[in-house]
Amino acid sequence: MPTATPAPAAQPEEKLTKKDLTGDHPTWCPGCGDFAVLAAFYKVLEKLQIPHEKIVTMAGIGCSSRFPYFVNSHGLHFIHGRALPLATGISLSRPDLHVFVFGGDGDGFSIGGNHLDHAARKNVNLTYVIMDNFVYGLTKKQTSPTSPIGFKSKTDPAGSVDRPINPMKKLISGGATFVARTHAAQVKHMMEMFERAIRHPGFSVVETLSECVVFYKGAFDDGNPRKGGVFEEIEEKKWDSTPEDDKRHDVTDEQNAYALADLRYPGKFGVFYEVDEIPTKNHLEQQLAEQAQKKTEGAGAVDLLKKRFSLMK
Amino acid sequence: MAAGSKFPSVEKAAGQDSDHDDLPHESIKDAVIRFAGNSQDGIQTIGGFLARLAGRSAREVMTYMTIPSTISGGPSIFQVHLGSGEVLSPGDEADFLVTFYQHSYDAHIESLREGGVCLYDSDNVEPNLDDKRFKLVGVPITSTSIEAIGGTAKDRGKNIFVLGLVTSIFNLNRTKLTEIIERQFKGKGEDVFRNAMLAFDSGYSYPLGKIFDKTFDLKHGESKDADRVTTDGNTALAYGLIAGGVRYGAGYPITPWSPIMETLRAELPKYGGNFSQAEDELAAVSIALGASYAGHLAVTGSAGPGLSLKMEALSYATMAELPLIVINVQRGGPSTGLPTSVEQSDLLQAIYGSHGDCPRVVLAPQDVEDCFYIAIEACRIARKYSVPVIVLSDQALSSRIEAFPEPDFETTVLPPELDQEPRDGSFKPYPLDGPTRHAPPGTRMTGGKYPVVTGLEHDEWGHPTANPQLHQQMTDRRRDKIVQLGEEIPTPEIFGGESGDVLLVGWGSTWGPIREATLKARDEGLKVSSIHFRHLHPMPNGIGEILERFEHVFVVEMNDQGLYGHGQFATLLRARYCDSRIQSITKSDGLTFKIREILAGIESGRKAVPAK
Repeated sequence: MPTATPAPAAQPEEKLTKKDLTGDHPTWCPGCGDFAVLAAFYKVLEKLQIPHEKIVTMAGIGCSSRFPYFVNSHGLHFIHGRALPLATGISLSRPDLHVFVFGGDGDGFSIGGNHLDHAARKNVNLTYVIMDNFVYGLTKKQTSPTSPIGFKSKTDPAGSVDRPINPMKKLISGGATFVARTHAAQVKHMMEMFERAIRHPGFSVVETLSECVVFYKGAFDDGNPRKGGVFEEIEEKKWDSTPEDDKRHDVTDEQNAYALADLRYPGKFGVFYEVDEIPTKNHLEQQLAEQAQKKTEGAGAVDLLKKRFSLMK
Repeated sequence: MAAGSKFPSVEKAAGQDSDHDDLPHESIKDAVIRFAGNSQDGIQTIGGFLARLAGRSAREVMTYMTIPSTISGGPSIFQVHLGSGEVLSPGDEADFLVTFYQHSYDAHIESLREGGVCLYDSDNVEPNLDDKRFKLVGVPITSTSIEAIGGTAKDRGKNIFVLGLVTSIFNLNRTKLTEIIERQFKGKGEDVFRNAMLAFDSGYSYPLGKIFDKTFDLKHGESKDADRVTTDGNTALAYGLIAGGVRYGAGYPITPWSPIMETLRAELPKYGGNFSQAEDELAAVSIALGASYAGHLAVTGSAGPGLSLKMEALSYATMAELPLIVINVQRGGPSTGLPTSVEQSDLLQAIYGSHGDCPRVVLAPQDVEDCFYIAIEACRIARKYSVPVIVLSDQALSSRIEAFPEPDFETTVLPPELDQEPRDGSFKPYPLDGPTRHAPPGTRMTGGKYPVVTGLEHDEWGHPTANPQLHQQMTDRRRDKIVQLGEEIPTPEIFGGESGDVLLVGWGSTWGPIREATLKARDEGLKVSSIHFRHLHPMPNGIGEILERFEHVFVVEMNDQGLYGHGQFATLLRARYCDSRIQSITKSDGLTFKIREILAGIESGRKAVPAK
């Protein structure tokens, strides 16, 4: 199986703890769903024991995109919408690193929407967590690409009129090789999704519904049993030849993944789509380099240049 | 071109055939040969062969081509200026014109100098035989080359036929040319090579006695390096980047930048790196910045429209103080403009195009050879100062071919560096009193605190802050390091007299024409000198003292005079030196400067602005 994901270190020199990973105190509003996402990320990193210096956390612009400051790791806070191509450059030039991108719905689906499709189809090895709150929070309540029709915002005082995008369908059709959906109020489920995304070789995305308690309070109550909603998980096939298994979801079945994505809000949560056999761009580029260097018998820069210039004579 | 025969003895190069010794030879010092046809006729190929032959015969060469910006081709020219001495421009007028079609004849006959030779395809062209300004020579190019190769070859091969003819007319080295043809065509199959040689021999053995009363003997070159390399500006630039240690990059296709990204895509894997074709210009600059942040100096590039799209990310690179190389192969603008023509109108965009106070480095190569060295200089500066560096090449440099000595790779190549030495608790990426020092990911931070690189204003540790005093201090810091670079770069040398009547100032690819115009004006007794800038921002110091020694200063550049009468670099010079004598010679016709245009600009400018 092609994989450029370095295996998490089995026995690191020093154990990586939540304390090591804690960066600045988050500037998010009290009650923001993003706190839970941060806590889940710490816990998963603790569990996987990735070498501290190999972790890179980056983001574009938005409330959730402040994430890198709150994780004590190598990090980068970039410009609006371009975190994915930036992460692509890091991942392709440094396959030894674990690359994490965090951001919101505006960053990922609106200004950065084109990059999402291309990072997905290229299957760049990285993990992307989209903290979706259905609203622009940092700029104080404008309509976002995932705001439902009728949502009243400062840019749509009479209610939003544009159809929202369907994140799961966009990601699957874009070519992402791991697509999951979770809820920030369901920490155990969120951790499981994060862990599976990190272990996946290739472009893995987790859409995490994360409530903005100031500008879109109660947006995800329908998916939260503590608020009277229903959190329904996708049942994945166990391949146990039981009659029940027929009804379960095969994560490699693209058609069924679209059917799940079309369920009425709040829909289901879990892994919608996962394929492992598509090679990562990291792997393909590495192969190109290996083949080229085999042909030139590993010649150094000076010799390669001399040889090339001799053909210009 | 340049008058006077400095080279008394004419020696024939070894391997030169003498089939036409029955005709008298006229010895010439240089020749401007223009091929006019359609872009699919392969005239670029034979022009390239002649240029390569010049490089292998210690001659100087400069080519010039026009390419239609249509998809299916169209009228196109390829001009080759071959000289035994210094060749500084592709030539104002042709000495020898080959026209394949009636439209070629109609469009280009006026570009021939009086007394020049027009060789036309008598199968396609009906010339004006009453025009006695030129020597008109008809050869049935199409039918003879079809006959040579065989009936099925159609129009193909007539370029090689003409090459054979030109080889014979100018007594060029047939053996060396045959080697060059062999190298080009052998790989495409024995049949292709055999047909090419049939066409070449047919042209070469064409009975010249019927059409000429003499042949020309192009003097052997003067250059000490008999074995020089011959290539175009885009190729030289791409390999300069590799020599400068660039191993990663990303781009999006756009004329005339695309050949650089094509070369890097094919070459970088050999050096252990990779180059990505991005979904757009914004992604391209971001991918490259990602690689640079990760510790590998990276490149992105484009033409003017793409540079505009990269501006937000370039501002980030200045703020975060990340190194990056950005190539801009300028073309005619604004907007889609003239995609296959030349202009130097992106200078102010390169320097000032981003939002905020965003100082950065801008360089420009002066000729094809310099495309190689300017790329290495860009890499050196980007690393030393941890800044984005923009290189302004242009369409003329991108495709024209020149010969130059092979670089000394042992001394010029910079190895890529990835510094992952552990950093302790005293690590500060942006010290107020020292150079930028990033710790790329993968570096262990033994003090326990890991750095976050940001586009927000930050303190010495890179931590975001809106502290008023720190924004001032950090703005100073980002500016001062560029000012410091200005101290280290050399003042341009004056070409011509150290003082005088007129100083011509140039940058980028106008170097050759300005130098030739300077020589010509001095031949005519005028006190004209010139200086040339490779470093445009920051400019080197010591320019004010030079300006003061001349009565008139004319900045020669291929852009518009603007609302206030001054070209883009002239505007910068005036801003720095507050010298109202700084005037402009500008043009926006999408073509390179002709020598006579510069001389005319001097003449009218001197009249318009009385000396101090």
